[in-house]
Amino acid sequence: MTAMATPGQPAAEASLRPVPWRGMAWVSWRQHRTTLAGLLAVLGVAGVYLYITGLDLRHDVAAFGEMFVANGSGKMGMTLTAALFQVLPALIGAFVGAPVLARELETGTFRYTWTQGFGRERWAAAKLAQLAVAVTLVAGAFGFLFSWCYEAIIGVRQGLSPLMAITFDLRGVAFAAWTLVAFAIGVLAGILIRRVVPAMFATLAAWSGLAFVAGAYLRPHYETPLVTSGFNLPSAAWVISQRWTLHGKPVSLTTVSQVLQKIGAKEVAPGVFGPTGPASGPTSGTSAAFGSGGAWRSAPTYLLHHGFTQLTSYQPGSRFWPFQWIEGGWLLALSLLLIAATIWLVRRHAA
Amino acid sequence: MNVIETSGLGKRYRQTWALRECTLAIPAGHVTALVGPNGAGKTTLLNLGVGLATPTAGVVTVLGGVPAGSPAALDGIAFVAQDMPLYKPLSVADMLHLTRNLNRRFDQGYALARLGELGIPLKRKAGKLSGGQQAQLALTLALARRPRLLVLDEPLANLDPLARHDFMATVMATVAEHGMSVVLSSHVLAELERVADYLILVSGGRVQVADEVDSLLSTHRILTGPASDARTREELTVVHERRAEAQAHLLVRTRGPADPVPLGWEAHPVSLEELVLAYLREPGAAALPGPARTSNAEPTEVTR
Repeated sequence: MTAMATPGQPAAEASLRPVPWRGMAWVSWRQHRTTLAGLLAVLGVAGVYLYITGLDLRHDVAAFGEMFVANGSGKMGMTLTAALFQVLPALIGAFVGAPVLARELETGTFRYTWTQGFGRERWAAAKLAQLAVAVTLVAGAFGFLFSWCYEAIIGVRQGLSPLMAITFDLRGVAFAAWTLVAFAIGVLAGILIRRVVPAMFATLAAWSGLAFVAGAYLRPHYETPLVTSGFNLPSAAWVISQRWTLHGKPVSLTTVSQVLQKIGAKEVAPGVFGPTGPASGPTSGTSAAFGSGGAWRSAPTYLLHHGFTQLTSYQPGSRFWPFQWIEGGWLLALSLLLIAATIWLVRRHAA
Repeated sequence: MNVIETSGLGKRYRQTWALRECTLAIPAGHVTALVGPNGAGKTTLLNLGVGLATPTAGVVTVLGGVPAGSPAALDGIAFVAQDMPLYKPLSVADMLHLTRNLNRRFDQGYALARLGELGIPLKRKAGKLSGGQQAQLALTLALARRPRLLVLDEPLANLDPLARHDFMATVMATVAEHGMSVVLSSHVLAELERVADYLILVSGGRVQVADEVDSLLSTHRILTGPASDARTREELTVVHERRAEAQAHLLVRTRGPADPVPLGWEAHPVSLEELVLAYLREPGAAALPGPARTSNAEPTEVTR
């Protein structure tokens, strides 16, 4: 390590042995241990909350049954928690990812680091790989803890599908993948913008945009949705869309409403035709009798008998893991691409 | 061997050329002063040499033909950038360990001894050191790598006179002991005059002068004579002319000290500072060696 120099020696060092990679392990650790400690602290607190909540839920389910918990406090708590945790990957990307390169460029320390014998591309590759693995592992553990916490109530009834947007990306491998991609967006923003705070905001914005597009436009189509004309959807199903047809031709909801108003049904909210679970099927209508003399026991049965059909496309809950791997897979590929682009930009960055 | 050699080197940032058509060879074994006004392209030239920037045009090689920025180049060159960038939250000991982990060679014993002599505490954070101590730490980190070439960009800019002296003393002691080459830049020549034996003058993105200091001083002289004597002036290579009444003071370039003095004129030796000022006042003038010139070759181009 402390080999003495032989100055002025001829350039016979063509077969130069590169500086060993292991040196970078200490460098990354020393420079980012505070950030990683902060990350562990935040996720640790959230993890303890999830652990306690998970035990409580199990206790309540044992005492009152899963449906009671799913309809009551359990669902409410899960929705709030999930909404809060949605932003965690973006924050990790902004606070862990964005400063890695932006701070070097902002403070000028890259002039020191990139002129050391290690070489800037190897430095960037080593540092990004180590941090990426670290945040992915931490996030992966957190994702499985979240899954464990709420597994007792997810999928037990309509509206709590394992595929629904608010929890899908917090569970399984998706949370780790979303955190990794946030980190990758962060480092790329850092090298492009070269200043810490703007890079952090750019990371938040870019990640949110990606998450929105993925949830709204990509995830429903990972596999072709199933279509049913029945009203009894499996409770774990994730409804993508519903539409009415009349004798095989699509009709608007307005048309359906007008038909129902004609037979004396009062205000019809779209929810009336919504996915009616076992509790509110055609045979046990939510409203009183319809039509003259109460001939029709519910709006849906009336509509069905008049040539209307409701088509529901949905993703069954059994596709949870395939969807997890699809989402995890493309996010991993995207992350690797972004990190590779970052290293390429480090290589060609001109002081 | 040339520690830095460039050919047609140019660097453009967006629309502006920071450096243009720069062809020079800095031979090994010198302390080279890179001098020029602010914004002249000194930092650009150094960044190209240490591999922080890539050329827009031309080529730059270091340490006898190695491409700038290649692993062998990074290994043999230590660079201390302007403002001495250090990781401010890290302790001095951490900076040492960091540098050691990022290089094949690191003379820990030397670094510790040096910091001990300077009274820089190992546990103090780099950001809490005084400006002079930060400069010394940055220099110590660079020297402990035992480089064949040390590149310093404006190392003295923010230092007080005492710190400047100490800094340069450290550099010169290492040069004496290990024979490394040094290239250092400054916009104030006086800082470097005592230590440099090779001078490169950059101005407006172009290299104006590149030669050994001794050679420059022996091939330039000041001639004082009648301002009316236009014929003599035409025969001389005048770098810069200054008139006072009937007298003309010409800074001329000659073939050497043995060059005859024109009749009716008086010759004086020139100081390095006068020489640099004369060239800076005449951006069209240049004293450049050929591209593949080594330290003993004759100057091949003198233009007015």
